[in-house]
Amino acid sequence: MRAVAETYLDAASTTPLHPRARAALVDALDGFGDPSRLYGRARRARLLLDRSREQLAAAVGAAPDELVFTSGGTEAANLAVTGLARAARRRRHLVVSAVEHTSVLAPARALTGQGFEVTEVGVDHTGRVDPAELAAAVRDDTLLVCLQHANHEVGTIQPVPEAAALAHEHGALLLVDACQTVGRLPVDVADLGADLLVASGHKVYGPPGTGFLVASRRARLRPVLVGDERERRRRAGMENLPGIAAMAAAVAARVAEAPAEHDRMAGLAGRLLDGLAAIPEVVVHGDPGQGLPHLVAFSILYIEGEALLLLLDAKGIAVHSGSSCTADTQEPSHVLAAMGAITHGSVRVSFLHDATDADVDHLVEVLPAAVADLREMAELDAQAIERESR
Amino acid sequence: MTTAATTVDCLGLACPIPVVRLARAVASVEVGGLVELLADDPGARVDIPVWCRLKDQQLVAQLDRPEGGWVFQVRRSH
Repeated sequence: MRAVAETYLDAASTTPLHPRARAALVDALDGFGDPSRLYGRARRARLLLDRSREQLAAAVGAAPDELVFTSGGTEAANLAVTGLARAARRRRHLVVSAVEHTSVLAPARALTGQGFEVTEVGVDHTGRVDPAELAAAVRDDTLLVCLQHANHEVGTIQPVPEAAALAHEHGALLLVDACQTVGRLPVDVADLGADLLVASGHKVYGPPGTGFLVASRRARLRPVLVGDERERRRRAGMENLPGIAAMAAAVAARVAEAPAEHDRMAGLAGRLLDGLAAIPEVVVHGDPGQGLPHLVAFSILYIEGEALLLLLDAKGIAVHSGSSCTADTQEPSHVLAAMGAITHGSVRVSFLHDATDADVDHLVEVLPAAVADLREMAELDAQAIERESR
Repeated sequence: MTTAATTVDCLGLACPIPVVRLARAVASVEVGGLVELLADDPGARVDIPVWCRLKDQQLVAQLDRPEGGWVFQVRRSH
């Protein structure tokens, strides 16, 4: 059975619950208990928490005591950046790639008002950081280098091991945001050279409100949330045990399942790219064939991305647009801007594990007419404005 | 050769309209002709230079307007 009825092509935003995650979630909700207490129910909760921690640690090649459970990827990234800075003694410099998720960029930028300096490193037209530019940015007083494993908007995979070598050469730590890759591509903290790693539950068929940070023993953290001694004093607050158990089940299942889906995902992406070739003036973003296998990002010139999303939604198709022309912020995607890519008319398509050729075909059937309509509207708008201004 | 520029005022207009109007204006001038686009949408600041590169049109200058926004001078190169 398919997880969702509509043509859901936004797996990079969030995913449905894996059946094993659902089972683990319900079991843990029914077997409620505070893992920090001492009676039988509490000890059973502690056992489940420990087992989930071991399962997740094993999935990313970490030691169980390096994991800190959080409310999601955003909190994990905030804890990593802010917590590390609060514990820092002499090092007062951070390096971030320009295409990091805002949950990394925002806490890093917030530190600039607190005596820290932040260097943003640019990317090439595929969205990939240039290791030479990164090398030039890392200094002897660099505390932390932040480089995502794969980009959330365009799917480009970053040269993380190279970044780790550069960071470590200068005694700095490396933070890797792996929210888009855990349970999709092999993720191993030792292979990546990550001292800190961020993961999210709901992007890997776990429940929303779950995530974790891996913080190696080298990474001294001050907690951001304080109030008790849970999570080895790195994150206060009752653990979301049902969510954590479900996330562990989801990640374990997806790590086992994902490799066999790789070629099919690449086939779907190729099928979509073939379909897009029939639409004039489409620019494909990222590094197709080399990036995340389930993600295709592109811009359709002369149309508004959000207007297209609404037309597609009316046809039962869910995709994401990186642009936010009609949103309150009016800011173009910082990722596409850093790549020197067209930001208007941007579309991100990302496939669930059970996506089919029929899903791609549905989009490819609907897209040309929707694009033609929107282009005609934009043309008429432009003509009307020009008549008025005469 | 200096020719009078065709001015396109896109102040207050959000993407993709500035790009659509620039494309129209560039197509309407002679090769070598100059289009001057005024825009204040943050998307235009990124997209106008990228469009020029994609379409192999010459972005002669991009200037900040004291009142806010930018002036893009684009020469039709083919």
